[in-house]
Amino acid sequence: MTVIAVAHAVIHLLLVLALPPLMIGVVNKTKAFFAGRAGPPLLQPYHDLAKLLGKGVVLSKTTSWIFLAGPAVGLATTFCAALLVPLGGHAAPVRFDGDFVLFAYALGLGRFFTVAAALDTGSAFEGMGGAREATFACLAEPAVFFGMLVLARSSGSYSLSVMMGQAVTAMWSTSSAALAAVLVSWFVVLLAENSRIPFDDPNTHLELTMIHEVMVLDHGGPPLAVILYGAAMKLFVFGAVLIAVALPGAGRDPWLAWAVFVGATLLLSVVVGVVESVMARLRLPQVANILIAAGLISAFGAVLLVR
Amino acid sequence: MTEVLAIPNGHAVARADLPRLALDAFRALVIGAAAHRRRVSALFGVPPASGAPDAASIELIVVLADDDTGLLECASTVVGEDGLASMTPDCPEVHLFEREMAEQWGIRLQGHPWLKPVRFHPSHRPGHDAWDRPAGTWPVVGVTDFFRLEGEEVHEVAVGPVHAGVIEPGHFRFQCHGEQVFHLEISLGYQHRGVERKLVGGPGKRTIHHMETLAGDTTVGHATAYSQIVEALSGTRATPRACALRGVALELERLANHTGDLGALAGDVGFLPTASYCGRLRGDFLNATALLCGSRFGRGLIRPGGVAFDVDDGLVAQLQNRLSAAEHDVTDAAQLLWGSSTVMARFEDTGRVAPETALALGLVGPAARACGLRRDVRKTHPSGVYRMVHIPTSMAESGDVFARAYVRWLEIERSIDYVRTQLGELPRTSPRREPAALRPEMLAVSLVEGWRGEICHVATTDEAGRFRSYKVVDPSFHNWTGLAMSLRDQQISDFPLCNKSFNLSYCGHDL
Repeated sequence: MTVIAVAHAVIHLLLVLALPPLMIGVVNKTKAFFAGRAGPPLLQPYHDLAKLLGKGVVLSKTTSWIFLAGPAVGLATTFCAALLVPLGGHAAPVRFDGDFVLFAYALGLGRFFTVAAALDTGSAFEGMGGAREATFACLAEPAVFFGMLVLARSSGSYSLSVMMGQAVTAMWSTSSAALAAVLVSWFVVLLAENSRIPFDDPNTHLELTMIHEVMVLDHGGPPLAVILYGAAMKLFVFGAVLIAVALPGAGRDPWLAWAVFVGATLLLSVVVGVVESVMARLRLPQVANILIAAGLISAFGAVLLVR
Repeated sequence: MTEVLAIPNGHAVARADLPRLALDAFRALVIGAAAHRRRVSALFGVPPASGAPDAASIELIVVLADDDTGLLECASTVVGEDGLASMTPDCPEVHLFEREMAEQWGIRLQGHPWLKPVRFHPSHRPGHDAWDRPAGTWPVVGVTDFFRLEGEEVHEVAVGPVHAGVIEPGHFRFQCHGEQVFHLEISLGYQHRGVERKLVGGPGKRTIHHMETLAGDTTVGHATAYSQIVEALSGTRATPRACALRGVALELERLANHTGDLGALAGDVGFLPTASYCGRLRGDFLNATALLCGSRFGRGLIRPGGVAFDVDDGLVAQLQNRLSAAEHDVTDAAQLLWGSSTVMARFEDTGRVAPETALALGLVGPAARACGLRRDVRKTHPSGVYRMVHIPTSMAESGDVFARAYVRWLEIERSIDYVRTQLGELPRTSPRREPAALRPEMLAVSLVEGWRGEICHVATTDEAGRFRSYKVVDPSFHNWTGLAMSLRDQQISDFPLCNKSFNLSYCGHDL
């Protein structure tokens, strides 16, 4: 391993750890702009996390170790997934054949523990949130996997670093329609998985309408900070996957590629903010329809490749 | 038709002229109200004139509103120890009035399908309790039976009285099958302050302040209704200038609240632009009220006999300017809302109340008008300036969240026009005339179309010209059940949206 490779791995780690809260800050700033407000400072999410980390924790007597395991496992699995994704055209620090399955199921494991921690409280609201999260995750999964199928088939590899690496540039010239379908589908999944409008409203405090937020109602202090940080990192991971497909980094200067990647991440945050600003939330039953549609678009992309 | 006393809005009559019906005739009158196109505006018990507080019998007074002729039909009866057979099975709109009278006076009601306390306080008549609760105990608010669905697949969700937002307390019980709501039961009473009891023996120095805080967001509405009561009972007439300024203040209150509601509805579906702009615009309308009297909610403005603050030409011009600016902005914000297909997809067909349901429950205000019911006191029972200058009634047909939002928007447009017209032609009289003393042994009824709907005040005086009884019916009292019905067969996740589309008052209901 060369010094250069180590440097790239360190940059990868730093971006994974440091960039996610900034994305949330950019989304909030964009929404504030559309609402005609000044909005919170870009770095506010970092301050919020610091504030929460300094607080105490109140634990309900009805909860068990699972209640605290939820946030911990949620963050750990998201971090694990982040190590598998190539950023800015650079191969991921951890890569092996078939790592895309680990990627998907690491996120799945995190979700399992988040839902279990919600059920652990025994609250009617959190039960409802858990049921919604599990239902919508089931529907989002096909969209992810059909997209992976497209990438795996055209790249001939089962490792994310290859599937989303140099091979994507070639794919845009040979099978651009399939890739475009995957992009559309994954953008929908990104919004749904990260509880953004139109699927969920991260700012609402109405316990009956929330999906993700309602599951963490009983968490506070450092566990809540871990949850919020994990959620931001999840947005970063999904964004990185989307950017890897949309802007393959081949043929560019490797150092410039990092800058392009950071810029693209922030641009994506702006796009998410714009979507949130101009759309209302969907009615809950329609969320399922949109996710199924996203799965079908992804599947159509796969069909295009096997013709 | 049974003998009734028909009086216009804002008039007083001698107690002796109020027909005293036999119990059966009284029941027939109330039950037949709907068939004769009458609404029950108020139905309540007053201890009889000569009686001690623990009297064996209680006088019931009913006020039926006839929207066709603009008259209010009043009648009374006396209920003894035997109580009376509930009228609710034949006339659903009295269901809450009956629960209230059972709780307040310990009247036994046979055959009421759901006889529960309303506000959870002991009976006002010692020794009489509709539920035979031991004397000297104070019931715990919210501790009562709730309608329950039994079964493996149904579940119950309880929300409140402490909510996730900074709002008033209320308890909501949902019977759900997955995400679908089969039934919602609303239990209130957490804000009960005993205002009606405090008003007995008045009016005094505190009375107007009690009125202004019956429901803080309806300060002008309730203060106007009270002022009309005092004016009727004393035989004083508010000056024309005062009437016009009261109309201006009432419409400004409507504008502020309707604009805030449109913003809140947009916020509930996550549509940011309208939510933010309307939040600011609500403040603009409140500030216009503050220009009139120094209080954003109109406190201190409305007083019996007139208004306590006059305006000069400079202030009128300033108000007109502010109104024009606000009109421009609120139009933009509303057009953004109506122009967004995702918002319309959420609003339409959500929380539908059928016209028959609205009629049976006696809904009032924008909630009723959204179901196609032509109910607007400003038009059908006008008082004050509304007798001179009419305001069109804003209607919608579909009875869903969209209809309730759209009726608000139509009323915003018309209220702005109305305020502008009134400010342009203010009568040049004095703003206030000192009211005379209240006449003894009288009854007065006053209706005002507040921004939520019909506000009904009914007062009776004793031999010394003090209030023997004072009844307040806030529009929320009629409409809470409408909210519960709108949730039937809906998604539980749509509850906040439906709730906001009604935006009812907790303290106005709990009094």
